[in-house]
Amino acid sequence: MLYEEYEALRLCDYDLYNHHQASELMGVSRPTFTRIYASARQKIANAFVEGKPISIEGGKVYFDSDWYHCQSCGCYFNNPEKDIKVEACPLCGAATFNNFEYGDPENDEECRNVSRRRSCGRERRKRHQQS
Amino acid sequence: MKVAITSTGNSPDATLDPRFGRCAYFVIYDTQSRSTEFIPNPAREAEDGAGPEAVKLVASRNAKKIVSGEFGLKIKPLLDSLKIQMIVLKDPGKRVSEIIEMLNH
Repeated sequence: MLYEEYEALRLCDYDLYNHHQASELMGVSRPTFTRIYASARQKIANAFVEGKPISIEGGKVYFDSDWYHCQSCGCYFNNPEKDIKVEACPLCGAATFNNFEYGDPENDEECRNVSRRRSCGRERRKRHQQS
Repeated sequence: MKVAITSTGNSPDATLDPRFGRCAYFVIYDTQSRSTEFIPNPAREAEDGAGPEAVKLVASRNAKKIVSGEFGLKIKPLLDSLKIQMIVLKDPGKRVSEIIEMLNH
């Protein structure tokens, strides 16, 4: 099983994102995401039925560096030097920043604006207040 | 240390360009000598590959940080491997001069 297949399965069935949101988080198109996800399920089922072990390795993946959000100036920044700890915001120099989890529903407006129709499971963008 | 800022014009009064690869100008600001240099973006009208071209330009000037509104998906791994820090500012009205002032904190 490839890393991206594991990630697709994790986002969909563990974090309970829908395919649309999960594809955005992984930076691939929705159809591509569905293909990765289907392949993951096929492999899992295969391992289950035939009693094979599951190993996760390889694939086209890139591990994002840590991102931070500064509360003083409102900017987002990453830390390209993993060994060095961030002590101040690189822009305004304030120490008031916190870890920014990309895809955290609290931080992610995209995810909040999508609702799911209960009847058919189809997703729909929420209209903004005026309507 | 040098910092690259994406700008919509070639003066310090211009605002931050929210796009990285297709910004109008790059401002290279040197925090030690406090000098600024405006470079027009040659890849601005490119059909594709504007981002990697922009990274090349910024890396050739030895910038260690980039301030912009957004970075594309192809750019993040590139900049990570070059150890250039990305600073995302979701405030398109910010002037280049104001950003430089913030950098001088």
